[in-house]
Amino acid sequence: MSELILPKRVYYTIFAILLLCTYLTWQLAYFDLGPLNTVAALGIAVFKSVLVVLFFMHAKYSTRLTWVVGIAGVFWLGILLALTMGDYLTRGWVN
Amino acid sequence: MPLPPQHYLNNGYGVKSWLLTRDHKRIALLYLAAVTFFFFIGGAFAVVIRLELATPAGDLVSDETYNKLFTMHGVMMVFFFLIPVIPAVLGNFLVPLMIGAKDLAFPKLNLASWYIYMLGGLFTLYALVTGGVDTGWTFYTPFSTVSSTTKVIPTALGIFITGFSSILTGLNFIVTIHRMRAPGMRWFRMPLFLWSMYATSLIFVLGTPVIAITVLLIAAERVFQFGFFDPARGGDPVLFQHLFWFYSHPAVYIMVLPSMGIVSEIVAAFCRKQVFGYEFVAFSSLAIAVLGFLVWGHHMFIAGESVYAALIFSILSFLVAIPSAVKVFNWTATMYKGSISWDTPMLYAIGFIGLFTVGGLTGLFLAAVGLDVHVTDTYFIIAHFHYIMVGGTIMGYLGGLHYWWPKISGRQYNEALAKLSAGIIFVGFNLTFFPQFVLGYLGMPRRYHAYPPEFQVLNVLSSAGASILGVGYLIPMVYLMWSLRYGKVAGSNPWGATGLEWTTTSPPPTDNFTQTPIVTQEPYVYPRVEGRVA
Amino acid sequence: MPELAHHHPALAHQFENLAQQKEASTLGMWVFLVTEILFFGGLFATYCVYRHWYADAFTAASRELIVWAGTTNTAVLITSSLTMALAVRAAQTGERRLLMTLLAATMALGCVFLGIKAFEYYSEYIVHHVPGPGFQFEAEHYRHAQLFFSLYFMMTGLHAIHMIIGLAVMAVMWWLSYRGIITAEYYNPVEVSGLYWHFVDIVWIFLFPLLYLIGRHAH
Repeated sequence: MSELILPKRVYYTIFAILLLCTYLTWQLAYFDLGPLNTVAALGIAVFKSVLVVLFFMHAKYSTRLTWVVGIAGVFWLGILLALTMGDYLTRGWVN
Repeated sequence: MPLPPQHYLNNGYGVKSWLLTRDHKRIALLYLAAVTFFFFIGGAFAVVIRLELATPAGDLVSDETYNKLFTMHGVMMVFFFLIPVIPAVLGNFLVPLMIGAKDLAFPKLNLASWYIYMLGGLFTLYALVTGGVDTGWTFYTPFSTVSSTTKVIPTALGIFITGFSSILTGLNFIVTIHRMRAPGMRWFRMPLFLWSMYATSLIFVLGTPVIAITVLLIAAERVFQFGFFDPARGGDPVLFQHLFWFYSHPAVYIMVLPSMGIVSEIVAAFCRKQVFGYEFVAFSSLAIAVLGFLVWGHHMFIAGESVYAALIFSILSFLVAIPSAVKVFNWTATMYKGSISWDTPMLYAIGFIGLFTVGGLTGLFLAAVGLDVHVTDTYFIIAHFHYIMVGGTIMGYLGGLHYWWPKISGRQYNEALAKLSAGIIFVGFNLTFFPQFVLGYLGMPRRYHAYPPEFQVLNVLSSAGASILGVGYLIPMVYLMWSLRYGKVAGSNPWGATGLEWTTTSPPPTDNFTQTPIVTQEPYVYPRVEGRVA
Repeated sequence: MPELAHHHPALAHQFENLAQQKEASTLGMWVFLVTEILFFGGLFATYCVYRHWYADAFTAASRELIVWAGTTNTAVLITSSLTMALAVRAAQTGERRLLMTLLAATMALGCVFLGIKAFEYYSEYIVHHVPGPGFQFEAEHYRHAQLFFSLYFMMTGLHAIHMIIGLAVMAVMWWLSYRGIITAEYYNPVEVSGLYWHFVDIVWIFLFPLLYLIGRHAH
């Protein structure tokens, strides 16, 4: 198996960043940023999950097909959310 | 000519050799038996429905019984027959053979998916024998969550469980097609049936999880009183419809895409020509799979979704017509100046093309918001989707079953009887469902057991057609079973067709090929026909 | 060493070699995770709709959740992802003892997570925040807070079921390592199970802010 073995340092670094982000998202929630609260919370969550996918799940070192599969999953989730919310957000427009 | 001495059918005869098999070909036959069983259960409900509708008065069964009849007909046919039928039977049998592999990537998972399917079927059968369900196969809320007193939970769980069988089948096909192709089998050397199986698998994988969570929410709502879809608790019933149709509209393409793949194979083999515009037909399968996920809102034009959403969904729905039409035009172009032989599979393929075109064009009516409001929940809808699901899926399935039957069984069926029953099915189908277009346009609503007397003539025509159709479905049962023992031995390639599945013996050995095949050319390379005049 | 790989006892008959088998099972798991995204996706869509409609009730209800428990659990799961990632690495390098220790640590952290989760459920049961006839909440948000808690229990409940399945998978991996079946040459089962474990972690990374942190500042 010619599998890439990452140095442990990479995993520890990612772990530290993830913990830091958790602390950050927790603390940020107590400041009133208006609608930015949700944006910040979700932005941090996306950042954290990208780190997990790229390094813990080795997506960074995987085939292009793996990327396509992962992106397709997120894209289809986007279709579900976007077209469903498209209905709810425009219901009030008439009248 | 004898059968080959060693093949997958004589590799063990005991019950265990079947129920614990990991051979994709045997699992395909397990599925064949199971889906046929559910088809006849679903068909029995259709018989009673058509008998009831032969007279205007609701005299044969009560209104409540009638509600259960059409619900169980829909649930059985959609979830336990139409969705699994082609992928799980013909797909299972053919995907490894067509790409030159020994088996699917995950044979144990394949067997597990059959057991999961059977478990889901048992739950649904349990619901059936203990009183049935009356919500319609669509389980619309809040009726299904608050009002109905019938067996909603076991049926919902049955569908939930069966969904995992679809997911695992789709997953297996995707991995197999990506990772198990024989040397030289490039993507654009794959038969079109494989493209359609791949597209179908994408829908299995991307759509089925959403119906799983949706029916789970229905069950949870009934058990824990959650109120996600209950207006009295602040929930929105229309949200259920969004989630339901996110899967259930693409599910229509799960049913019809495999048939399209079969028709491509048959048309090429019986016209002895390369499929016209191979790449276009291949990509149109993927396009249908993707576009199919963007149109679900056209089921909800009258349900209270925003007019702007309705407009978007309407426009997107029209787009599906493009790849669908590409296929129909390309099959027609393939036949043009081909050397056509009218064997049974070709009859079914021609039947498919005609019926699918009618079903597809009437689908355009329903994509148009204004017209849809007029015919929603009438028999026009019933006729439209039966043209797609029965005229499309079952015609394609029967065509494929006849085309590959010599490969599956090693023997030929009775050609005269087969042609006869193909004709009977075509006539019976149109007599059953064409009058329903008219009925719906005149205003007869669906899901009622009684109707005004002026609709009787058309309803009697439809019921008469259904009885003809029923006979048409029984005849193949008989002669196909008969051929298993008495049919003429077919040989490896009775149709003189291209494709790896025809290069191995009929029936194939357990490992499919004696040595891994090497593919060196495009599919459908048929020799030029010399002076053959039909 | 293609010839050696060909005769590896873990090679299933339908594959040509271990590399093909490994690629197939890794791809299979990624495809499965896509189905999981959409499975939870139905719940996220439901969440979006009702949070959009009932923003005030959702913030009021969210404030009732035990934020220290949610935050601790996030840290616990992230730590378990670290031990999981290191376990895969130990499998790659063939350090069997280390692999078994790390798998055990992952399972222990998973159990800690479930324990804290159970404590939360119990606390919510005590204060009548379980939807149903016994539900209690301030009158203004009574109905819609119930919807929030319905979503909370549904989402975290399904997540917990995924955790339990993950624990079972890890137990199998531990057993395979103990039996010496997992080697530097054949470690794919651990890697694929790891993908699943990390995915369940990611679901929680989203559930945490969406359920626990909305409207904390309005206190």
